[in-house]
Amino acid sequence: MNLTELTITQAHNGLKNKEFSSVDLTKAYLEKIKKSDKELNAFLSVTEELALSQAESADKKINSGNFGELTGIPCAIKDAILVEGQKCTAASKILENYVAPYDATVIQKLKKEGTVILGKTNTDEFTMGSSTENSAFGVTKNPYDKTRVAGGSSGGSAAAVAANEACYALGSDTGGSIRQPASLCGVIGLCPTYGSVSRYGLIAHASSLDQIGPLTKNVEDAKIVFEAISGKDKMDATSTDYKFEEAKVELKGLKIGVPKEYFAKGIDKEVEKIIKNSIKKAQDQGAKIKEISLPSSEYALACYYIIGPAEISANLARFDGIKYGLSVDGKDLLDVYLKSKGHGFGAEVKRRIMIGTYVLSSGYYDAYYKKAQEVRQFIRQDFAKAFEKVDLIFCPVSPFPAFKIGEKADDPISMYLADIYTIPMKLAGLPGISLPVGKIGELPVGLQIIGNHFQENKILAIAETIEKL
Amino acid sequence: MISKEEVEHIAKLARLELTEKEVEKMQKDLSAILDYFNLLKNVPAIKMEKPASGKAVPWREDESKPKDAGLAEKLIAAAPDKKDDYIKVKAIL
Repeated sequence: MNLTELTITQAHNGLKNKEFSSVDLTKAYLEKIKKSDKELNAFLSVTEELALSQAESADKKINSGNFGELTGIPCAIKDAILVEGQKCTAASKILENYVAPYDATVIQKLKKEGTVILGKTNTDEFTMGSSTENSAFGVTKNPYDKTRVAGGSSGGSAAAVAANEACYALGSDTGGSIRQPASLCGVIGLCPTYGSVSRYGLIAHASSLDQIGPLTKNVEDAKIVFEAISGKDKMDATSTDYKFEEAKVELKGLKIGVPKEYFAKGIDKEVEKIIKNSIKKAQDQGAKIKEISLPSSEYALACYYIIGPAEISANLARFDGIKYGLSVDGKDLLDVYLKSKGHGFGAEVKRRIMIGTYVLSSGYYDAYYKKAQEVRQFIRQDFAKAFEKVDLIFCPVSPFPAFKIGEKADDPISMYLADIYTIPMKLAGLPGISLPVGKIGELPVGLQIIGNHFQENKILAIAETIEKL
Repeated sequence: MISKEEVEHIAKLARLELTEKEVEKMQKDLSAILDYFNLLKNVPAIKMEKPASGKAVPWREDESKPKDAGLAEKLIAAAPDKKDDYIKVKAIL
């Protein structure tokens, strides 16, 4: 038995039946990381000492008989989520030596479950990007083709799960950062409803959009992790009193909406074929397929790249060289600010701070920021209308499979287009999953299933049904 | 194309030092991105509703919660420049 190939449920059963211990499991993963991650670069740091001590505690818990599904299960955490006492860099030079002073709420919850933290995974700097090429510490390679990207920004988390370097991982999604790398690496990625998981301890990118979620080997595992990390948190005023409950839904009679705008232009023909084929399979099982229209779709990307950067320019003002992080000395206080940010931030982060500052500056606010807020409402209404007629929406995650490293690195707009199908529902705060449904050669392709607010249970139930077809 | 002066002005507002080369690249990139935003001029008129949640977030009560003394030490330890338990900042005036 290869321990690193097991799903959470399989590993849990092995632990329960004493086929192996959590220390055995953890050592197997640490060994695997040592062997394959030099080339892959999914991890920015490996927390070996922490992992082994957590595994020992987990084994005690297991021997006592009182333990849960995540007890003793080794996971990887995106390096934008704080784990107390461990480095948290957000893949930025400005936080290269920053040590987290406390645990994020999701980490507190996972620690309570007795999970094992193997290390921190690569991301685009401050989670801004679609390929991890914006990481200050090198790109993560796609396990299926090492000349290609793993997607982003949670590319390290997706690659780690795909390459069996972790049993599951946490990522974060602002415009597609869980679902897109999941699609490109052939794993499950769930972006929960805005508010269902606490953002406390997640390094802020755009606070009205950021959401933490799981990347896993199968749908059942995503459900287990989501259930463990979700719920109201006093430390995040936007978190909601939410409790996951299984939904009994089946494909027979299910109304599935397919937005015609998502197949209009720019989609790779092979991706289109794979997605349409899985929609057909759902239809064969008795689902009712309805073409729907989301006329706001064509404005979503522009809307996102105004609202996102506006929030970024405010959120990243905190990196001033005074409280923590990189500080570059200057002749006066202003000079310290200018130099610390100038040296600490990479090109994409600077670009977004500049866009954000521009769209919020006097004279441009109405034309850009105010307009974008109106479009965001337009998008919400579009989805609300759609969900009056359908139960779930099926569409692609990404218009193309994993692209070559460097292919889009110099052209910001062509990179931004990578998230064209994951951004709209994000602006409406809706949940969505990426489910692997096919391959083009070696390269995986994910189907996106979008549900109404707090209907993760429906999404997961149907994803699990399709996974087994 | 957005001017060099405009880029430098925005960079100063953002407290961001940019090199000559970065300013040039930023002129090009920001212009392309702002051009892309022109798409929003075609959006039909929209009447704004109340915020999505429909309810205002209430203020929470002030409460003093005891925290582990170690947390303060960790926060101060993270500051780049400090003296004893104080974070040092350059003179403002």
